[in-house]
This record gives sequence, structure tokens and C-alpha cells, in this order.
Amino acid sequence: MISFKGVTKRYADGTVAVDGLDLELATGEITVFVGPSGCGKTTTLRMINRMVEPTSGVIAIDGVDVTTRPAAELRRGIGYVIQQGGLFPHRTVLDNVATVPLLLGWDKKKARERARELLPRVGLDAALGARYPHQLSGGQQQRVGVARALAADPPVLLMDEPFSAVDPVVRAGLQEEFLRLQAELHKTIVFVTHDIDEAVRLGHRIAVFAKGGHVAQYATPRELLAAPEPGFVTEFLGGERGLRKLRFFAELDATPEAARPGSGEAPGATALGEAPDA
Amino acid sequence: MPEGEPLVRWDWIASHIELFGDLTVEHLKLSLLPILFGLLIAVPLGVLCARWGWLYPPVLTIANILYAVPSLALFLVLLDFTGLTIWTVVIPLTLYTLSVLVPNVVDGLRQVPEQTRQAAVAMGYTPLRRLVAVELPIAVPVIMAGVRVATVSNISLVSVGALIGIGGLGRLFKDGFDLQFTTPVFAGIVLIIALAVLFDFALVLLQRLLTPWTAR
Ligand SMILES: Nc1ncnc2c1ncn2[C@@H]1O[C@H](COP(=O)(O)OP(=O)(O)OP(=O)(O)O)[C@@H](O)[C@H]1O
Ligand SMILES: [Mg+2]
Repeated sequence: MISFKGVTKRYADGTVAVDGLDLELATGEITVFVGPSGCGKTTTLRMINRMVEPTSGVIAIDGVDVTTRPAAELRRGIGYVIQQGGLFPHRTVLDNVATVPLLLGWDKKKARERARELLPRVGLDAALGARYPHQLSGGQQQRVGVARALAADPPVLLMDEPFSAVDPVVRAGLQEEFLRLQAELHKTIVFVTHDIDEAVRLGHRIAVFAKGGHVAQYATPRELLAAPEPGFVTEFLGGERGLRKLRFFAELDATPEAARPGSGEAPGATALGEAPDA
Repeated sequence: MPEGEPLVRWDWIASHIELFGDLTVEHLKLSLLPILFGLLIAVPLGVLCARWGWLYPPVLTIANILYAVPSLALFLVLLDFTGLTIWTVVIPLTLYTLSVLVPNVVDGLRQVPEQTRQAAVAMGYTPLRRLVAVELPIAVPVIMAGVRVATVSNISLVSVGALIGIGGLGRLFKDGFDLQFTTPVFAGIVLIIALAVLFDFALVLLQRLLTPWTAR
């Protein structure tokens, strides 16, 4: 479990990005941070792996305050998928994926082996391993980013808008495969997006961030759609909320109850990807 | 030029091959040592300037002023300290090299995409390792562009040193001029241009080897 207790982040210029955050993220589940631009999602995410240090409050993973661990070592144990890929342009796909294992001191052969076996798991042809990032499509780059984050098999995965740079069709495919992968891996995932549809599709739980860096509602997709908090959340869900709700529950009906996020254990959580709007 | 003298006396060239060889070796030493020293200083200095932005403007100003000082003036000043050793030429050329390379190192590091840098932090690189394994390699094309400019410019500048007696192939210009004899001047020009082209080409090849990811 990842817990935030009274966490505030005030940047040097006085901007309060996160304000008194209390939140608990369940182990083995996908928690989605959703909200408009600038409301502190990335800041909150980055406080988990100490890329940003909180001004006050405590963040703990399984009860251990993250600030008690050396930052670089902590980060090697937490997968991170960065907004817009952020692949190393000077390394082949294989070497990009092998990054963290090599930092952890695995020998080169074993790290490469691991990278090679991961490519098909994220839907990449093994032949792409020798390419450089600029020789890949946007969707392929995102997949490499996911493989790189998974390479050392970290229990926690932080994903900052991992699928935002690709077109809707590719995105739907990536989401579907992501759910399939998670059904096998059961990682504790924190997933940032500003797309409420993506949040509803992927999240076991959704934290809706509001401007000023606080969480306006923290709920399962079902609760969120059925009973959004009046005011900001209702507004954020927007005019299409009724439609979304219909679609969500229609998909739910078409899916075995156990097989989707937001309804407990999710062994084969793939069916959502085949929804009509995917 | 004396009457009836051909522009180029091939027999003179043929009988002085050994001299050309010696002068070429000296010329290369005088022009490439400053590149080596320049890199050894410019990389750490550029890293510091990229890291602490306030350091860069004064460093850049000093570099530009140094670049504006005529090379002959610098040679003459140094002559009092280092005498007729290669250092009298190598030190000024190292300074010129620095004024080309430092900005390139800084620009090279600055154009590392912020996302890439953040990704390296997120993967768990320590700052030093990130610099060596991620940031500097990505800066190599920009740094190499500076190395090419400095190399060609040094190969040409070395000849000025002939006026104080340390100028590699530049000696051919001085001798030719003093003796009113065009053949060595011709040979010097051809050799210097050949060296410049050769080394520029070699550096392009080196860069291809160092940065296979830039091949399109
Ligand atoms: N290094 C920084 N220094 C000062 N202010 C910052 C810094 N990083 C972020 N901020 C500010 O903090 C607030 C929250 O930023 P953050 O990046 O966490 O938002 P976000 O929800 O991830 O937005 P987006 O959806 O656009 O990625 C914004 O107002 C932003 O301008
Ligand atoms: Mg963000």
C-alpha cells in the first residue's frame, strides 16, 4: 500500500501544487489520478519516487517512509513510465529496456535477455530490439517505455499519461494490452491521465484532482459515475456524464463481473478493450 | 619571382619529401594537441556552466575576448615565457579551441530533452552516472561539430607560428617568401588543405562510430 498523510508540496516560487493530501492506494490495484492540467497529478506521482520532495507530510510504501531510503536506490525499485516516452535516443530499444537491470548490477547478458523476453509481452516484435527510438512509431515508443518500467519487475509502477501522445485507436489498443498485462502481473499501479474515459476504463479507484492540488473525490469508477460530488467533479465529468454512465454499465453487463477493474479481483481484465467505443 | 622560373619545381618537391614529412608531423602535433587539451578542459568547464547557469555568461565573455586576440600577438607574448617550445603555439591554440568547444559542450548538454533527463532520474541514475551515461553521449554530435571547426581552424592557424619559428608546414610559406621561391608555398598550401580535409573526414567517420543512433 502507498499512503499519503498530510502531504503538501509548495514549489520554490510559492506555487502550491499539492495541498494537504491524504490518500491510500491499494496494493495490486490500478489507482488513477485524473484532473485538469496543472492540478498537481505529476507532482503527486513524483513524490512517491522522490523526484519531488514534499514540503510537509509523509509518503510511505508498505509502511516505510520513502524519504528514509536513498533516492536512486528507491527509484530503481519503482517502475516509471514518463509522459511522452522519454526514451534514451542514443540507446537501442533493447538497451533502453535493460536500463534498470543494468543499474541494479545485473550482468549485461542477463539484462539483455530479460529485455528480449519483455518485448513480446508488451506487444513488440523482437526484431525491433535493435532499432533506435526515433525509428519507432509513437505507439511502439510507448510500449518500449512500459517495457523499460517493467524490466526489473518492480512491485510498484508509476505511469504519467503513458498513452496520451498517440491517436485514439492506438490508445485503445494500448489500454487493452495494459489491462491484460496487469491481470498477469498484479502490480500496484498509479496511473495519471486527464482523460476521464481512460480513468474509468482502467482504474480500480479514481482520485479526481481539482485545481489547487487537492482531491475532490476518491472512489471506484462505478461510484464516481453514479454519485459524483456536486460541483467540481460533476462539472469535470461534463455534459457527457449520462452517456458515460450508460456506456460504463452497458460494458459492465457485457462483461463477467470478476473480469474488470472496479469490481474486486480482476484475473482476465481484458473485455473492456473490446467495448464498442474502443 | 626570378625570370624563367616555373611556378612549381617538381624536382625540388621530389627532393624534399622528407622535409614535408617532418613538417607535417610537427604541424599535426601543434594543431591536434590543443584539441586534446581543449576537450579535457572544455568538457568539465561546460558541464559546470550547464549546471550553474550564472557561470556561463562570464565564461562565454572571456572565451569570446580570447578568440578576438590575434594569434600572432599571443604567440609573441608567450615567447617570453615558453621560448621556442611547442607550448608557445599549443597554449594559444588551446585557448582558441576552448572558446569554440565550451559553448558547444553547453549547447549540447542543454539540448538533451528534458523528458530524457527526467526519465534518467526516474530510472534511478545518480547525477554523475546520468551525466556520463546519458547526457554527455546525447551531447556528442554537438560537441563533435565544435571539434571539427576547431580542428580545421587549428590546422590553418598553426602556420602563423612560422613567423616566430614554430609553425609546422607554415615554415614553407616563410621560406618561400624569404627566398622568393613559389614551390614551397604551393606545397605548403596543398598539404595544409589536404590535412584539413583529411581530418575533417576522419572526424565525420569517428562521429558515425560514436553516435550510430544519428544515422538516418
Ligand atoms: N518545478 C516546478 N516549479 C514550480 N512550479 C511547478 C513546478 N512543477 C510544477 N509546478 C506547478 O505546480 C502545479 C502542478 O503541476 P503538475 O505538473 O503536478 O500538474 P499536472 O496535474 O501533472 O498537470 P498536467 O496535466 O498538465 O501534466 C502547476 O501549477 C505547475 O505550474
Ligand atoms: Mg503532468
